[in-house]
Amino acid sequence: MRPDASSRQLRNIVILLVAVAIGVFAFKVLALGFPLRVKPGAESWDVEAKIVLAARGQPVKVVLRLPSDSAAFVVHDEAFISHNFGLTINTSGGNRQALWSVRKASGQQILYYRAVVRQLPIAASRREPAPSVPEQPGFSEAKLAAAQSLIKAAQARSADLETFVPQLLRRLHDRQDGRARVLLGSNPTARKRADIAARLLTLAGHPTAIVHGLLLKQQERDAAPVEWLRVQDGKGWQWFNARSGAMGQPRNFLPWWSGADPLVTVSGAGRVKTSLALIRTEETALGGATERGRRIAPRLFALSLFSLPIDMQLVYRVILVVPIGVFVLVLLRNLVGLKTFGTFMPVLIALAFRQTELVWGLVLFSVLVALGLLARFYLERLKLLLVPRLAAVLIIVVLLMAAMSVVSHLWGLPQGLSVALFPMVILTMTIERMSIVWEERGAGEAIQEGAGSLAAASLAYLVMNLPWLQHLVFVFPELLLLVLAAVMLMGRYSGYRLSELYRFKALSKDGR
Amino acid sequence: MFVSGWRRLREAGVLGINRRNAEFTLPYNPRRLLPLVDDKLLTKRLAEKAGIPVPELYAMVEIEHQVRDLHEVLSPHPDFVIKPARGSGGDGIVVITGRSRGMYRKVNGALLRRDQIEHHVSNILGGIFSLGGYPDKALMEYRVEFDPVFEAISYQGVPDIRIIVFLGVPVMAMVRLPSSASDGKANLHQGAIGAGIDMASGRTLTAVWRNEVITEHPDTGNPVSDVLIPHWPRMLEIAARCHDMTGLGYQGVDLVLDRGRGPMMLEINARPGLNIQIANRAGLLPRLRRVQEHHHLLPDLESRIAFCRAEFGVSR
Repeated sequence: MRPDASSRQLRNIVILLVAVAIGVFAFKVLALGFPLRVKPGAESWDVEAKIVLAARGQPVKVVLRLPSDSAAFVVHDEAFISHNFGLTINTSGGNRQALWSVRKASGQQILYYRAVVRQLPIAASRREPAPSVPEQPGFSEAKLAAAQSLIKAAQARSADLETFVPQLLRRLHDRQDGRARVLLGSNPTARKRADIAARLLTLAGHPTAIVHGLLLKQQERDAAPVEWLRVQDGKGWQWFNARSGAMGQPRNFLPWWSGADPLVTVSGAGRVKTSLALIRTEETALGGATERGRRIAPRLFALSLFSLPIDMQLVYRVILVVPIGVFVLVLLRNLVGLKTFGTFMPVLIALAFRQTELVWGLVLFSVLVALGLLARFYLERLKLLLVPRLAAVLIIVVLLMAAMSVVSHLWGLPQGLSVALFPMVILTMTIERMSIVWEERGAGEAIQEGAGSLAAASLAYLVMNLPWLQHLVFVFPELLLLVLAAVMLMGRYSGYRLSELYRFKALSKDGR
Repeated sequence: MFVSGWRRLREAGVLGINRRNAEFTLPYNPRRLLPLVDDKLLTKRLAEKAGIPVPELYAMVEIEHQVRDLHEVLSPHPDFVIKPARGSGGDGIVVITGRSRGMYRKVNGALLRRDQIEHHVSNILGGIFSLGGYPDKALMEYRVEFDPVFEAISYQGVPDIRIIVFLGVPVMAMVRLPSSASDGKANLHQGAIGAGIDMASGRTLTAVWRNEVITEHPDTGNPVSDVLIPHWPRMLEIAARCHDMTGLGYQGVDLVLDRGRGPMMLEINARPGLNIQIANRAGLLPRLRRVQEHHHLLPDLESRIAFCRAEFGVSR
């Protein structure tokens, strides 16, 4: 008979799907060493550079040096926010740099650079490549004598490089020392001191590069770059603190750019203010895995989602958890028997919750639907035809969203701004359906169904937001075949729903 | 507690919604046949052709423009029922019992202005009540004057009789009695009373109101059990013939009993609800399995009805 044949077919498809999913998954884990979960200890920071400048109606060019991957850090999720500037990214003097340019700009301009830097576990760190250093220290005749004298004095008091560098820096920072004054001039900046120190060391036979970077803390709004020196000692490159001369590099030092150039150079505008901010973020699992994947298996990496540009990866991070949310919904509807408005509406609401956070999402959604319902009940009295009425509700929803964003901004509640992320068409249909159920079956049923939808959305959100689950489906998209198989099996589930145990309770009592 | 609740339902033979869909409506109701019952106008035409009595159609509104002519068309009829052609679950049905001062009187006595009626019809055309929100037609038809046997046990509105027919064999039936809580509607989830019917004798069994077992009508106080449904054999025959008419294997046939015209078929449901099991305090599954085992031995209408009355009677 037909049902039997189709059952067999279904069983075969399910077996095939499960086999393929497990096979690919096992191959990637066992043979290629894809990480099942992110190793604990990896830490990440959001860093931001903000450049404020006053343009004077002329062509403006802004160069911002950018951090690159280094031994202990990986830079990703870079974003450049620049209103109407053109952006190119190139490499110059061993630094990556962003070049913003605009033909004509006036007034205050703000440029942002944002990135996530991830600290790799010590085990995963690799050797730092040799820096590029200038061959010649480039001192003028007059300064050369002062420099050589300073070096000689420091060498006399030191045994090796580790002791020589602090000696040299102490003399250079000594304001009473005439030689230092000749070299540094008056009021030297930290960058200038580091530059002179590097040139002195180069002159002394130890080619040296300056590395500017940030000491990563929990968070800092106006972080000042600090300088480290990388000094060649014949065997390799040693790190020295450019201020104290202490050898070694702290683990929380994020190298940003190298060389004598400043972080930002601007032409065509005045009053430039640059600030760096950083905040430690929760490890989002995926980013670390992405980078590790790139390091561990470059060939396979090219065939995976990791090879996509960061912004597309971000899109897929969201898209790939949607099947999980849908699966939750299938369970809730066919196994539990929860009533919701619309089949997949709760999943879309759950996606919006990702931006708003759960509690705020629930509050915003409820307020929006409640206000929308009020408007809808009023429209009912005007006796409008269906499609214009739906359109009217949609417009009211949009206006309500805008109003709620503005009000919550005024009240200083940034979470309220994210109300804009709710899918407005879905909201409109929810309001319409709810008002009809309200009128036809009463408020109780309407609220019950609304609450059911929110409960489903919350559960879908909680499941979709499990970090390990997000990690698994993004690193192993083949696992979605398992979800597909499970959903197909649920399509043949003919047992009772949990709600039916309650619904038919009267029957089971007399069921003997 | 879970497991035991589950097992007791199984033992009672209760049909759950998943099983109804997976084992009955999906395999036995081919999708191409569903339009026949989803559109009440099609069903009505089909029934008329098959000689099955249905309420007479007074008027039909298909386009917005016709809404204003409605009052004119309906003027010869003192009472009528407005319903969406593709409505489900009784939504969108308005019963007009008469007119007063240029307004229409609903079953509960409330008056509707002409523009309120027009708005309701417009809503129907817009597809508010139709499955999937598709544009719909509004039907105006004969209002059934229900048989006096139900007068004592229903509160406004028309009681109707739902018979589940599987492969042409009526398997379970109930009578739905409107109550004050259901606003004259005969839907259990809207607060109507459901009373199971003994398939052999046509007498009502116990009744259920909002998941409670009751023996008297909550509004009228009259007993709802052991009431003989008049014309019961004729109703079984109509229900069984609806299978031949639509070709649907698993369907719920809704009938009403008119004072003068006898039993009439109102509509057919291709996904009939499961509350009928509560009203009968019996599960559907054992009966459906009996039919699955025997239906090849039941070639004609008479044998199917005989099988039904012999197998699914309660009193022996």
